[in-house]
Amino acid sequence: MLSYVVRRLLYSVVVLVAASFLVFTFVSASGDPLAQLNIVPNLSEQSRQNIIDRKHLDDRIPVRYGYWVKDAVTNQFGTTLLGDRPILPDLWRVMKNTLQLVLIAEILAIAVAVGIGVYSARRQYSAFDYTATTLSFVGLATPVFWLALMLQVLIVQIYEQTGYRIFPIASLNSVDPGSGFDFVLDRAHHLVLPVIVLMVASVASYSRYVRASMLEVMGSDYLRTARAKGLSERRVTIKHAFRNALIPLVTLVALSFGNLLAGAIVTETVFSLDGMGLYFVNALLANDPYPVMAWLMVTATMIIVFNLIADIAYGLLDPRVRYE
Amino acid sequence: MSDRLPPSTPDPTRGATSAAAAAVPEGLALAYESGVELGERSQWTHARRRFFRHRLAVASLIVLVLIALVGVFAHQLAPYGYDEIDLDNTTRSPTLDDWHLFGTDQLGRDYLSRVIFGVRTSLWVAVFVALVSSALGTTVGALAGYYGGQVDNLLMRLTDLMLTLPGLAVLLTASVFLGSGDPLRIGLILAFLFWTAVARIVRGLFLSLREREFVEAAKAAGASDLRIIVRHMLPNCTGPIIVNTTLVVASAILVEAALSFLGFGIQPPNPALGKLISEGQSEGFSLWWLVTFPGLVIMVIALCVNFVGDGLRDALDPTQRRIRA
Repeated sequence: MLSYVVRRLLYSVVVLVAASFLVFTFVSASGDPLAQLNIVPNLSEQSRQNIIDRKHLDDRIPVRYGYWVKDAVTNQFGTTLLGDRPILPDLWRVMKNTLQLVLIAEILAIAVAVGIGVYSARRQYSAFDYTATTLSFVGLATPVFWLALMLQVLIVQIYEQTGYRIFPIASLNSVDPGSGFDFVLDRAHHLVLPVIVLMVASVASYSRYVRASMLEVMGSDYLRTARAKGLSERRVTIKHAFRNALIPLVTLVALSFGNLLAGAIVTETVFSLDGMGLYFVNALLANDPYPVMAWLMVTATMIIVFNLIADIAYGLLDPRVRYE
Repeated sequence: MSDRLPPSTPDPTRGATSAAAAAVPEGLALAYESGVELGERSQWTHARRRFFRHRLAVASLIVLVLIALVGVFAHQLAPYGYDEIDLDNTTRSPTLDDWHLFGTDQLGRDYLSRVIFGVRTSLWVAVFVALVSSALGTTVGALAGYYGGQVDNLLMRLTDLMLTLPGLAVLLTASVFLGSGDPLRIGLILAFLFWTAVARIVRGLFLSLREREFVEAAKAAGASDLRIIVRHMLPNCTGPIIVNTTLVVASAILVEAALSFLGFGIQPPNPALGKLISEGQSEGFSLWWLVTFPGLVIMVIALCVNFVGDGLRDALDPTQRRIRA
């Protein structure tokens, strides 16, 4: 087990290094990073040269990659291209906000999806089952950013009709959020809409998996045995079917982590939340490869860790799995 | 990216006579027993029949074809031009007058017409992405599955890479640093993200097909590798490939919309549905129709494509049958 984890981690490091080199080369080779300086008026040649010296832009790409790795490892991912602003503190701040949003959405989504999936499977081909299936199709076909906008439109329309503002439609906190419990309450109030938006796609896909996996388990022999020995239907569902049906969900949830971050990019942009997604979009808009690189590396690390946790959890839940 | 087709037994299509006999579809077996004349019915006839029994898929296909036709004949059908400004008719809510069904914006541009032109570009990009990524993915997947070795290794490592980075982030980075704007370039960038999924599916199918008797027989008969791949193995993968291509259309249209919405996809003067939504957003939420209708159209297209994909899966790939129609 331990050797499996170590081997996986070592392999992940290789993948990360390969990914970082590819992304860096690709980003550096395409276009002049200082192009946008050309439109800045009254820029002295000296300050331009300072940036070039600081970021070693005169060197060849592999050399620049070396400097980048050195910065990333020893100097907290270095600084941004133009402002020379340290990257890691910013990234750290937005990461906390995003994890808060994503984890809340994900936990709620799993709870809702499990409920829907199990109930649909128990009542296969019922009206509830058909409604849930149809809605999950609709949920998967809805563009995330559009859903976010539609909720905002709805809130604004309600405000215009009744003068009542149900939920805030932007930012993570009010201007004056207060402290202690008031702060938490204020944050929760602001997170309601983004969480709903992030949940929809997850609930749609997870509930279908839970339903399918419940149906599969419910047709199995050991469930017939459980019924045959006279267990109550409730006990059969909860103790025998449900617990086994949930195992595949663990892998699915962990593998969806990347999708969640993609959802966060869009959601945070629409609701202007100070999270990783908005940070990434702003870095891209500034044409600054350094925060983009840092973001990609941090995200990739998180995804790798999540996948590893999923694999280990899967092994703990399903004793048939052996690590070799 | 949807990867809902685990590599498993391929559907029995033409080319694999011995394999087909082993897995006769339910309907076919019944037909045999009842003595119904089977005559020259090919697998494709059966697939078509199965598809047309799937009412939801057929209805979705009709809606899709209509939407596509409207897009193709945008110039003839749209009541107004894409950028036609009419300052006498600004910010009108949806109305039947003058065909402003989707309302107008602050410059009096008709949103029905804009959406029609947007559908034209967005649908074109999505179909382009699906075709290019399928062609590329099928080629790589077939080579990797058939020959194994280096190609296979490279493919699997690439897949690992793809799985470590979130797709949308890679796309955004690519479109910023490669430059975006025109539909063709966005289509190519998207195709490069989507091809690995198809490649993995085809590779999986090829790995199991490679061991089958009819491939061995073809080899013994002296067929070249190319002939075995193209004539004997690929026809056995058509079902999953077609289904996946269809589903890619749905994902591509959603991802392209998100890219264009964020400002990293298709740029003006090219029309695109995602861009229309972000323009609508910038005009304020009291003009709700500007945001609502383009998004609704995206949703309808994606929904229909998914239903058609499901119908195709049931028709072409009976082993994968999930929902009883």
